[in-house]
Amino acid sequence: MSLTTLWFILICVLFIGYFFLEGFDYGVGILLPFVGNTDLERRAVIQTIGPVWDANEVWLLTAGGAIFAAFPQWYATMFSGFYLALFLMLVGLIARGVAFEFRSKDERPLWRGLFDWLIFFGSVVPALLWGVAIANIVEGVPIDAQMNYVGNFFTLLNPYALLGGLVTLLVFTLHGAVYLTMKTELELNARARRAAYAVGWAAAGAAILFVLYSGLHTDMFSRPGIGMLPGVVAILAGLSLVATRLFLDRRKEGWSFFSTGVAILLVVASVFLTLFPRVMVSSLNPRWDLTVQNASSNPYSLHVMTIVALTALPVVLAYMAWTYWVFRRRTTLTQAMHY
Amino acid sequence: MDALGLARLQFGITTIYHFLFVPLTIGLALTVAIMETIYVRTKNPAFKQMVQYWGRLFLINFAVGVVTGIIQEFQFGMNWSSYSRFVGDVFGAPLAVEALLAFFLESTFLGVWIFGWDRLRPAAHALAMWLVAIGTSVSAFWILTANSFMQEPTGYAVVHGRAEMTSFGALLGNPQLWVEFPHVLLAAFTTAAFFVAGISAYFLLRRQHLDVFRSSMKIALVIGAVSSILLAVNGDAQAKHVVQTQPMKMAAAEAVWHTAPAPAPWNLIAGIDQLGGRNTFSIAVPDMLSFLSYGNLTSSFPGIDELQARDVQRYGPGNYVPPVASTFWSFRVMVACGVLMVLLAWYGMLLLARRRGLETRPRYLRLLLWAIALPYIANTSGWVMTEIGRQPWIVYGLERTMQGVSNTVTSADVATSLIGFTLIFGLIAAADIYLLVRYAKAGPDATEPRSRMPDESLAAI
Repeated sequence: MSLTTLWFILICVLFIGYFFLEGFDYGVGILLPFVGNTDLERRAVIQTIGPVWDANEVWLLTAGGAIFAAFPQWYATMFSGFYLALFLMLVGLIARGVAFEFRSKDERPLWRGLFDWLIFFGSVVPALLWGVAIANIVEGVPIDAQMNYVGNFFTLLNPYALLGGLVTLLVFTLHGAVYLTMKTELELNARARRAAYAVGWAAAGAAILFVLYSGLHTDMFSRPGIGMLPGVVAILAGLSLVATRLFLDRRKEGWSFFSTGVAILLVVASVFLTLFPRVMVSSLNPRWDLTVQNASSNPYSLHVMTIVALTALPVVLAYMAWTYWVFRRRTTLTQAMHY
Repeated sequence: MDALGLARLQFGITTIYHFLFVPLTIGLALTVAIMETIYVRTKNPAFKQMVQYWGRLFLINFAVGVVTGIIQEFQFGMNWSSYSRFVGDVFGAPLAVEALLAFFLESTFLGVWIFGWDRLRPAAHALAMWLVAIGTSVSAFWILTANSFMQEPTGYAVVHGRAEMTSFGALLGNPQLWVEFPHVLLAAFTTAAFFVAGISAYFLLRRQHLDVFRSSMKIALVIGAVSSILLAVNGDAQAKHVVQTQPMKMAAAEAVWHTAPAPAPWNLIAGIDQLGGRNTFSIAVPDMLSFLSYGNLTSSFPGIDELQARDVQRYGPGNYVPPVASTFWSFRVMVACGVLMVLLAWYGMLLLARRRGLETRPRYLRLLLWAIALPYIANTSGWVMTEIGRQPWIVYGLERTMQGVSNTVTSADVATSLIGFTLIFGLIAAADIYLLVRYAKAGPDATEPRSRMPDESLAAI
């Protein structure tokens, strides 16, 4: 396997890690005002992701850094092209990050209510915009011969991309709801279950629509060499959402969470399979696509980065897994809380 | 203002803002780790209170440092995509490695530290803070590897109009990195030392929580005295290095318009006339510049006019003179603050050596409270000097700042994000300062407040 292909896969893995982990964080943030009715309940809800949300967000920073290092042209085109969308996402992430830390540091209800809504919007915005961004990358955006994005912000807001945004928004919300069923008890747990059922239908529906739309609108089912494979993987993702429901019915909350996680993994895998060997599709001319070849760093850089990444990633995964083990217990309303 | 000017302004604002929080994060992580180690060894409950008190302030500060750091990772691609295309091959690698080796470490173990008080053995809990401290310092190393490449490019070759990495070893062995990294690290330790010393002084003045703040003060003064003096020594070495590698930056920083024959006099202060290419007045110390820059009295100091002529010959026609007044004054402000910090810290050490000397000096304690501002002013002006003094280059001698900007991003786009970020940063600063002051004043007994209203009221908001 060439190093450029390896890095394409590594970046796919980083996005899977990011969406799997930060995905439930976003879901929890979105559900916060609805699942938690009292201040204490809201603190407990935030507490469920307290020890891990910051490290989960690092997956995004690592994915961004990896794209910069391995495919600088991809980094430059995407980040300058999706400018205002990224700006909105950054505002969301900034507001959300400080809100977790600041929320419970003052006793006034107005202060706490304000930060609760910042957590909500700071979670909705990235959850929505990632779907919009991914759908745009798959369907193609106007990129010229010099690899410059020549559309504007509103080019990104087409129906297909908005549907993609709806899918990630709903799937992450479901993922968060299922996570909460795993990490809470009593009344909170019951509310999280109800939320999971309510969002589950919508998420599965939107996902099926999106796969159908992708079949008509993109080359997800007709990639050279691998044919229907990306589309099939996307369908499996939809089935995994159905499994989430079946496990919920049997009160197997861990398995249910595993299923939403697998759905997220498969969606990302499907997107990257559809793209390969392209990293950004030009809607103007296929010859102007950014690919793993024309967007990459030189072999020496990739070689150095490969050594670092393959050494560091297993260690990172090991200590992150250990953290989840340490904080495996459910959150109760009577325990000491930091947030 | 055009997109270039706005992008530069945005980089300046977001980076300076980010770096208001970073040094305290780096320095306080180490300080808290030291305190917790003492607690684990002595089992003295005052030290546990101390760890929790400074830990609370650490977390309020840390949150803002983290979220404003996310922008930095994205900004190169958003506003500086031509730069990213040109140097991504070299510059992207340290950023990716920083995330892999440092960000994961600090964020994971900070989570463990915050929530692990009753889940981990005391030694393991202290270890978590040590890992956070190591993570923050490792993070500084990698981002400064990237910055050092901009100051003094090494380990690359330009192939097909792009800078490609040819030696990772040379990137890490960059001599600039090995003066810059210790400088930033020591500045961070000094920042935390003055932060802790200033707040401790506040409580010693009020004679509250003496057991906690006497020890805090002692730890802070020791860290402050050691790191501020090392910082001065290292700063001198860095200036001597930059004289060799970026002579134009140092000529601007010293406001030397015409080559000064040996032994060159040193401008203590000067009135800068950039357009006229001269100083309207100056107060100078004879021979001092040769001594400061070369450690002898026999070297002449190249002036801006000579360097400009040399650069034109080397790089083609153009203006290679950075904004002299900003470079000159930011350098002086930084050094002045540094000298003041050395004096304050060592005077404190002297008082510590005497029994109860410190607490009988209310004027010194009040001074320490105000001195919390010094490291912040020094850190900011240090970066202003470093980055403005490098202009017109974005990578010294390799790419100009105006060539690096995104060519498809409109000035309206940049203006939107500039206004947006500035607004949200302002609001965050207000909330952050409010909380820091509140929790600093509340002292070690404070616990997180429960909501003031009956629990049901939140549902209505």
